[in-house]
Amino acid sequence: MDLIIQSLPFLLDGVLQTLKVTLIAVALGCILGLCGGMGRLSKNRFAHALATCYVDFVRGTPLLVQLFIVYFGLPPLIQQFKVFLEASFALGPFSSTSHIPPFIAAVVACSINSGAYVSEIFRAGIQSIEKGQSEAALSLGMTQSQAMRHIILPQAFRRVVPPLGNEFIAMLKDTSLLSCIGYAELTRQGQLIIGSTFRSFEIWFSVALLYLIMTLGISRLVDFTERRLGINGHHQS
Amino acid sequence: MAIIKVRNLVKNFGDLQVLRGINLDVEEGEKLVIIGPSGSGKSTLLRCLNILEEPTGGSIEFAGVNITDPQADLPKIREEIGMVFQSFNLFPHKNVTENIVLAPLIVKKSDRPAAQDIALSLLKKVGLSDKAENYPAELSGGQQQRVAIARALAMQPRVMLFDEPTSALDPEMVGEVLEVMGDLAREGMTMVVVTHEMKFAQEIGDRVIFMDEGLIIEEGTPQQLFTEPVNKRTRSFLTRVMQ
Repeated sequence: MDLIIQSLPFLLDGVLQTLKVTLIAVALGCILGLCGGMGRLSKNRFAHALATCYVDFVRGTPLLVQLFIVYFGLPPLIQQFKVFLEASFALGPFSSTSHIPPFIAAVVACSINSGAYVSEIFRAGIQSIEKGQSEAALSLGMTQSQAMRHIILPQAFRRVVPPLGNEFIAMLKDTSLLSCIGYAELTRQGQLIIGSTFRSFEIWFSVALLYLIMTLGISRLVDFTERRLGINGHHQS
Repeated sequence: MAIIKVRNLVKNFGDLQVLRGINLDVEEGEKLVIIGPSGSGKSTLLRCLNILEEPTGGSIEFAGVNITDPQADLPKIREEIGMVFQSFNLFPHKNVTENIVLAPLIVKKSDRPAAQDIALSLLKKVGLSDKAENYPAELSGGQQQRVAIARALAMQPRVMLFDEPTSALDPEMVGEVLEVMGDLAREGMTMVVVTHEMKFAQEIGDRVIFMDEGLIIEEGTPQQLFTEPVNKRTRSFLTRVMQ
């Protein structure tokens, strides 16, 4: 028990980092996902192809590999680009390190990852709105984009709250992978503490419990939001 | 002068030819009723009139403008053509008043007090003044359809299209919707109505068109069409629906 109390500040620090990355990633993921979802539904072939490639690539490869691409794969690429700029255009000199801080790599990888899943959530949400809704809007003289903004999206947003909540929870758990690049989130903090105390069971169990508290908290929040949106007669019959 | 001129209109869905060369003029102020068996193309014809369905061939003129031209400004044209759907299609996330003022506000850029005044007077007209703050899900089908009519009228269209407006209603609610449509007809609105309500067609229609298999088979005054139909198919359809 003493051990856990002693470790708690470190673990809570990890909780904070986990929540920080998750929140930023899901927020940026929503923006990316809205673009991706619209792209998937676009009649513009280029936008459609781009969005489809993005979603397929991200959903078809492991987050851990994506994380390694960003954290380990990008710096040499940036380095080469700098050398290229210096040699070809006499620009620079640039600073010699191309190291990406773990936090930035974490946010970039997780946002891109989340954005792909959110794209599909938004696509499905928009497609679930009856065709008659956009027809009614168009028949009143609205343009496609006015119909999307005032009629389709507000209804779609309500419907995607539950799957967005699931994505939020999935992302939160997936951030444990960030321990692999040394980012001091909850799992990494657990590893570090065990490294000096060798008390695996107690610490991993505490870590699991903290994840559980966070995920339960989020699902309560989602339920609450759902109920808030459900009352006032906003919901469809 | 004809406000709508349809020339040789063709519509295909894939290999299926739904409209096979329709010619039709609708005069200003006319009440045109389109009847026919299901699958005859009558709803498709109506939906082509405001280009909710894109015609495959032929042309449609509205108020002298060729609206089948790819360059045509469809939102501008649709402002002048109101439409009422079989399934109402009210916006479920907006209350009744918001349903009605939304298009005037964002399409016509009307100011809110003026739009709201119009909405209230339209609600009074369709007998729903007391439902201004309700949400669509709280209304009966007949009430929803009357709101849908008010919503279309708020854009002050020159023509109103009705696509089987009473087909999704419980029988006891058909009357209240037909009543509102009758009032509208007496005010001189140009109306094109696809319906199975033969009594309404007889009472309100200036002209009735019978369609079958993508063609206009017969047309005439309600008197002619209902009492002495010439075509065999018209006769068999009418005996089936009038019983």
